[in-house]
Amino acid sequence: MDVVVIGAGMVAHRFAESLLSRPEAGVRLTVLGEEQHPPYDRVGLSGHFRGLTPAQLTLDAGVFGDDRAILRTGDPVVRIDRRQRRVQTKAGSTFGYDALVLATGSRAARIAASGADLPGCFVYRTLDDVQGLQAYVERRGRELARPLRGLVIGGGLLGLEAAGALQGLDVACTVIQSSDRLMSAQLDSAGGALLGRLIAQRGIGVRTKARTVRLDADRSGAVAAAQFEDGSFESADVVVFTVGVRAQDALARESGLRTDPWGGVLIDEHCVTSDPRVLAIGEVASFGGKTVGLVAPGYAMAEVAVDVLLGGDAAFPGFDDSAKLKLSGVEVASFGDAMGSTPSCLDVVYADPVAGVYKKLVLSDDAQTLLGGILIGDASAYGALRPLVGAPLGADPVSYLLPEGGALPVSGDLPDSAVVCSCSNVTAGRIRSAVHEDGCRDAAAVKSCTKAGATCGSCVLMVKKIVGTELARLGETVSTALCEHFDLTRRQLFDAVRVSGLSTFSAIIERFGRGRGCDICKPALASILSSLLGAHVLDGELATLQDTNDHVMANLQKDGTYSVVPRMPGGEVTPAGLIAIGRIADDYGLYTKITGGQRIDMFGARLEQLPPIWQRLVDAGFESGQAYGKALRTVKSCVGSTWCRYGVLDSVGMAVSLELRYRGLRAPHKLKVGVSGCARECAEARSKDVGVIATETGWNMYVGGNGGFTPRHAQLLASGLDDDALIRAIDRFFMYYIRTADRLQRTAGWCEDLDGGLEGLRQVIVEDSLGICADLDEAMAAHVDRYEDEWAATLRDPEKLRRFESFVNAADTPDPSLAYVPERGQVRPATPEERAGAVLIAGTVLEVRR
Amino acid sequence: MSVLIDAAAGVRVCHLRDLEVERGRAALLGDTQIALFLLTDGTVHAVSNLDPYSGANVMSRGIVGTRGEAPTVASPMHKQVFDLRTGLCLETQGRAASALRVWPVAVVDGEVLLTEDGVQ
Repeated sequence: MDVVVIGAGMVAHRFAESLLSRPEAGVRLTVLGEEQHPPYDRVGLSGHFRGLTPAQLTLDAGVFGDDRAILRTGDPVVRIDRRQRRVQTKAGSTFGYDALVLATGSRAARIAASGADLPGCFVYRTLDDVQGLQAYVERRGRELARPLRGLVIGGGLLGLEAAGALQGLDVACTVIQSSDRLMSAQLDSAGGALLGRLIAQRGIGVRTKARTVRLDADRSGAVAAAQFEDGSFESADVVVFTVGVRAQDALARESGLRTDPWGGVLIDEHCVTSDPRVLAIGEVASFGGKTVGLVAPGYAMAEVAVDVLLGGDAAFPGFDDSAKLKLSGVEVASFGDAMGSTPSCLDVVYADPVAGVYKKLVLSDDAQTLLGGILIGDASAYGALRPLVGAPLGADPVSYLLPEGGALPVSGDLPDSAVVCSCSNVTAGRIRSAVHEDGCRDAAAVKSCTKAGATCGSCVLMVKKIVGTELARLGETVSTALCEHFDLTRRQLFDAVRVSGLSTFSAIIERFGRGRGCDICKPALASILSSLLGAHVLDGELATLQDTNDHVMANLQKDGTYSVVPRMPGGEVTPAGLIAIGRIADDYGLYTKITGGQRIDMFGARLEQLPPIWQRLVDAGFESGQAYGKALRTVKSCVGSTWCRYGVLDSVGMAVSLELRYRGLRAPHKLKVGVSGCARECAEARSKDVGVIATETGWNMYVGGNGGFTPRHAQLLASGLDDDALIRAIDRFFMYYIRTADRLQRTAGWCEDLDGGLEGLRQVIVEDSLGICADLDEAMAAHVDRYEDEWAATLRDPEKLRRFESFVNAADTPDPSLAYVPERGQVRPATPEERAGAVLIAGTVLEVRR
Repeated sequence: MSVLIDAAAGVRVCHLRDLEVERGRAALLGDTQIALFLLTDGTVHAVSNLDPYSGANVMSRGIVGTRGEAPTVASPMHKQVFDLRTGLCLETQGRAASALRVWPVAVVDGEVLLTEDGVQ
């Protein structure tokens, strides 16, 4: 069956993904897109202003890697010939079909006012729109040499998002709304009014009941002001229209398909149009007299269309226009019958204008069934409430509305039919069957299996709860096993390896595990063996256990090349050293950047270039550095008493000695240290695993800082230490952590989990309450003694060097797929679009130097 | 996947001793990159070196292991896990299903051969 899809947006992508994943589908699929870009995340478009590249917004391109599928972008369809069953594109190609799917989406509207097309006026719909907007703001800001003023016409979801984006570009921004409140389609007047105040508090102007009648230009012809119905003006250097969308149904109309006079191709509940061979999905489709500009209903239609094409009888249940989002830092959610339009429904409202919170539940007249709701300021109950729409609430409604601290009454007991993940339309029943029938044992497995939680993630906690409840029902507990190959935790495995004295992966997995390991247990064992044996990471079978960074002793980057970070203990470097590093980077065409840890990172080194780069570093007196993997990364320092007029102690000298002492130390997670020469804390030492701060009475030692996505400040463990006492305490802290922490547990979490907390830790490593300090000291002494420059050792060993050949049958041939473009005087990897030549931002692709 | 191959129809890629047990090597055929894996049972598997999720040619640098009975390789980029026999992705990390192309391999007199079919 030949299936042709017109449109290559998110809904078309979901359709293609779903169709091609059905094993029974004997189809050839052609997807024809008007935009130059492959399908991308339009919902996440504003991420562009936070630095997301088009490539990062691109949806999984692997879908079209399938032999059965063709994706053609930048070539709009201009005609549908339903009699001959074929479509023709602008470039002149024709494609015959057995089934045609319209997924042309919608177009952003502008207001019907004069001047709406002036330079500086934008809509907010496509990647090209936002790129154009950004480029204009940058150019206009330079021309006017002052901060820009912006207007967003339209105060709905998209308008608030666009306002946030403009604010992020340093444009002073006002939202213009014609009705009396923001988000008038989703919020009641009390909610809309509160939202307006919260948005205004965040520095975005809000003007309601303002109808724009004209836009005026300055002498250069660019937009400069807007005039409103009441005669007032606002000046504006850039204007964004977010006044709604219009279904792109022109093709369908011209081909004689039935359309709604208000826009949209009419479909039945199977997404079939007035021609049984033509389906329509997403924003172009009109169902029940309505088109909706949200992705979730479009995804649901895509799944229905796939099922129908393959002979099923799936039906579109109707629009769920629930929405939860964070606008300029304000949480807003609206779901179900938010406006309370059901006859004789009841409202339960909690409002705290001082705290900026408004919550409303709409209930049936007997107060038993949840119909909808609005949550502003604190939308944490959304994930629990939205699936309950149409179902008995089962608890006092007030309990859902009270501020945090009142625990949510919802457990994993939702009815099977309740939709938990609205992005992918996954019900509680489907999640339960994933546990019972598909063998999923955690939320991650359920995500892979059902897509629940894979899009916006707001339901992940709910998914976890349901999975937990079902596992409990099965009499299973949440496993602490390392992975499917080892039932032990990392700590148990560490002890097992130490006590058994086994030193090879094969022997260890044979005795304590099963199978041949995986990317979880192998690196964990590599780290354990490294701590216990201190062998070179590429010795014998150890090499096969290493994750790629440790395997090639450099940091993997997104295009498959590596970065090299020369060791620079304490961040100290001589001018001659700087020159040597600069020469190496220049000779190899590497992109260079100063890292967050005061080192110089050189990017873009290919596998086969690593050894010669290391050789150059060794010749210049450097080693490379473990700026990767689960090991000591860097010891950061301020300038200290040797130069600083405030410095109390020599922080650089201490940082250098600590970095040299702990270099090469492998751990359950990465380790960082900071040393500040006085209480001004210029090294930001308290954000490190170990922070050292000089005082008049000696070194203060802090532990357990950072922690990744939940950062914490390090806590004081000991104070007034001399150099030797400090080093001894750090030795013991690190070694105790290495021996007892879980896999990937950072020192912050490890400290929190310790028996007796920080005081207990202090007793163990300062007062030796367990009597293990001699062992810890000995283990660290062994590490320091046997440290060798791993890179220099590799250069001496022809067997190890063979691992750096680019290809087994062409040892020095560069990876032919690499391509770079210039940016700010250096190079960066080319994006997929630049590779395809479709959007060449910067002229020719630079040749990679040999 | 075990396929009978006429040795004459195969393309020699390398010698078996060029491969390291449970650690991949990349090979180049024209502009096509292939990841070769020698397992403990002596079999050699060949799949596309291109990681369909990251778009980088890195599969040969992934960690080899097993999922149940299936011999696997995990992408070093974002840890998607693929079955070396079929190329199918067993652990998508929440992304859409995808697969690596698989080439039939024969080992004849210690030489690792890929078939023309797979190479075209």
